[in-house]
Amino acid sequence: MEQHDIVIIGGGPAGLAAAIAARDEGAEDILIVERDHQLGGILNQCIHNGFGLHTFKEELTGPEYAQRFIDKVKEADIPCLLNTIVVDICHGNENESGTKIVTVMNKEQGMIQICAKAVILAMGCRERPRGALNIPGYRPAGIYSAGTAQHYVNIEGKMPGKEVVILGSGDIGLIMARRMTLEGAKVKVVAELMPYSGGLRRNIVQCLDDYGIPLKLSTTVIDIQGKERVEGVTLAKVDGRGKPIPGTEEQIPCDTLLLSVGLIPENELSSQAGVEMNPITNGPKVNESLETSVKGVFACGNVLHVHDLVDYVSQEAGMAGKQAARYVQKECESKNADRDISVVKEEQLRIQQNNMIIELKAEQGVRYTVPSIIHIDRMEDTQVVRFRVGGVYANAKIAVYAGETKMMELKKRIMAPGEMEQIQLKKDKLQELVEQNILTNQITIKVEE
Amino acid sequence: MENIEKVELTCINCPLGCALTVSKDAASGELIVTGNTCPRGADYARKEVTDPRRIVTSTVRVEGGTLPVVSVKTERDIPKGLIFEVMKAINSIQVNAPVHIGDVILADVCQTGVAVIATKNVCAYPERT
Ligand SMILES: Cc1cc2nc3c(=O)[nH]c(=O)nc-3n(C[C@H](O)[C@H](O)[C@H](O)COP(=O)(O)OP(=O)(O)OC[C@H]3O[C@@H](n4cnc5c(N)ncnc54)[C@H](O)[C@@H]3O)c2cc1C
Ligand code: SF4
Repeated sequence: MEQHDIVIIGGGPAGLAAAIAARDEGAEDILIVERDHQLGGILNQCIHNGFGLHTFKEELTGPEYAQRFIDKVKEADIPCLLNTIVVDICHGNENESGTKIVTVMNKEQGMIQICAKAVILAMGCRERPRGALNIPGYRPAGIYSAGTAQHYVNIEGKMPGKEVVILGSGDIGLIMARRMTLEGAKVKVVAELMPYSGGLRRNIVQCLDDYGIPLKLSTTVIDIQGKERVEGVTLAKVDGRGKPIPGTEEQIPCDTLLLSVGLIPENELSSQAGVEMNPITNGPKVNESLETSVKGVFACGNVLHVHDLVDYVSQEAGMAGKQAARYVQKECESKNADRDISVVKEEQLRIQQNNMIIELKAEQGVRYTVPSIIHIDRMEDTQVVRFRVGGVYANAKIAVYAGETKMMELKKRIMAPGEMEQIQLKKDKLQELVEQNILTNQITIKVEE
Repeated sequence: MENIEKVELTCINCPLGCALTVSKDAASGELIVTGNTCPRGADYARKEVTDPRRIVTSTVRVEGGTLPVVSVKTERDIPKGLIFEVMKAINSIQVNAPVHIGDVILADVCQTGVAVIATKNVCAYPERT
């Protein structure tokens, strides 16, 4: 059986950055598996600019940002298996060698199995299916998810329609409103069910306001007309509970309806691999090393939680790559050492570690945190904790509690679900709080107004 | 901003998104910005009302490549009012593979002095990227 130290699933920005960081940390034997015929992931279709401001201090387009990482992977001579899809990951039980078996499929070789010491999940996300929308009536042609439309226009060079209504104000929907307008389509309106937009403000200004495209909040599509092809849609205002308000209906003729109703992590493989999932993010639960509940399986990028800035994806993935490399090194060391001693040592370590496991809890406006567990002994000097809030907050604070004691507080002028937030925890500070018995096993992060 | 008394804008330079108002001082003709929390907002607002510019990104058809189109961008920002003319120019051309990131596709688009350049590598068929 083919064998590698680290197998990375997905060759998007997360997979690429993980590979580079793992190599930098000393991992020799890495393989990237990508189902597409090219590396770069979703960035290949994100031809707009606005990527990499944090990482490269310049505004790049998606394909340019991706190419910088692809070049590094090529320079480092890290092998990539393209046109190959991973269909299964399984792992022996804990006490065994800990190797994982990754089953992949491609045209040339059919189904093959690859043995891996560590696996990094970097499969990205997918769009929420339109079935979740509950729009009654026929399903005529002309209804696309915004990402599918983006692929048609930017990769295949085809236009899906001429008169467009967009439901959902997520970033992809906003970007596509501008893109289709530039290509000559008439985008009549962007309707958003929530009372606020799910997209970045910058995109609302530069994609809608610039072109005079109206954004209607608290509005949804209640009917789609047309049997063969979309002929129009009916919009209606919704009340606080998301129910359409009678008398507010408005019919809009169009031939295309784009749905931009959100992204969810590509989580099928993760669940199959038996990792514990977070019901809020729909991605795996991870610790400070971005390791899932299965030892040696790491996760990063949109498969872990949906990001809006690719710079953070690259950063996060770098951490996963580094930790995977360390994991592999440690595994080798403990195998080479005398068996009995290593068992005793590991036992001692586990006892120690158990005392140092801190659970991160999201409360009161904070929807989730990544990571959700921190082993203080294993954390870096500074640990970045990323999360999203559940509503729009003006002049609020992010408060962090160790038990009952407030350990830090961060003032925020504005927070919204569309923009990811982060705090930094310092290792020495946490150790100090542990010594003082203030921090025992839980840190709570919440919004205070 | 010749005839306009007052312009309302949203600052896009940071997530705070301040609501900016630009007005002209009747006596001096100077632009006054209010609503900004930091100087970047004032700079942005002045530029927006006097000389708004944007980077335009799009695609150009490719002959003989592994992909049907290549993504492109204007190398620098161009006047906002010329966006659709620039799009017309971009859509009227076609390039031959291979194309590399940074290749000049249109040297001086619509006499703006700005080049349109490729933002992706497209290999000649049947090679792969
Ligand atoms: C439309 C859109 C616009 C965006 N705009 C911006 C922006 O303006 N600025 C910004 O900074 N960020 C932006 N982002 C965010 C950023 O691009 C993403 O967060 C980032 O691309 C996520 O990287 P990833 O590697 O996790 O996922 P992806 O890029 O999705 O990569 C995942 C890869 O895994 C592969 N894969 C999946 N399953 C398998 C499998 N079973 N076997 C093998 N391979 C598999 C996929 O083919 C893909 O190549 C945008 C995102 C989207 C979707
Ligand atoms: S004015 Fe300053 S603080 Fe306000 S949005 Fe602009 S950059 Fe941010």
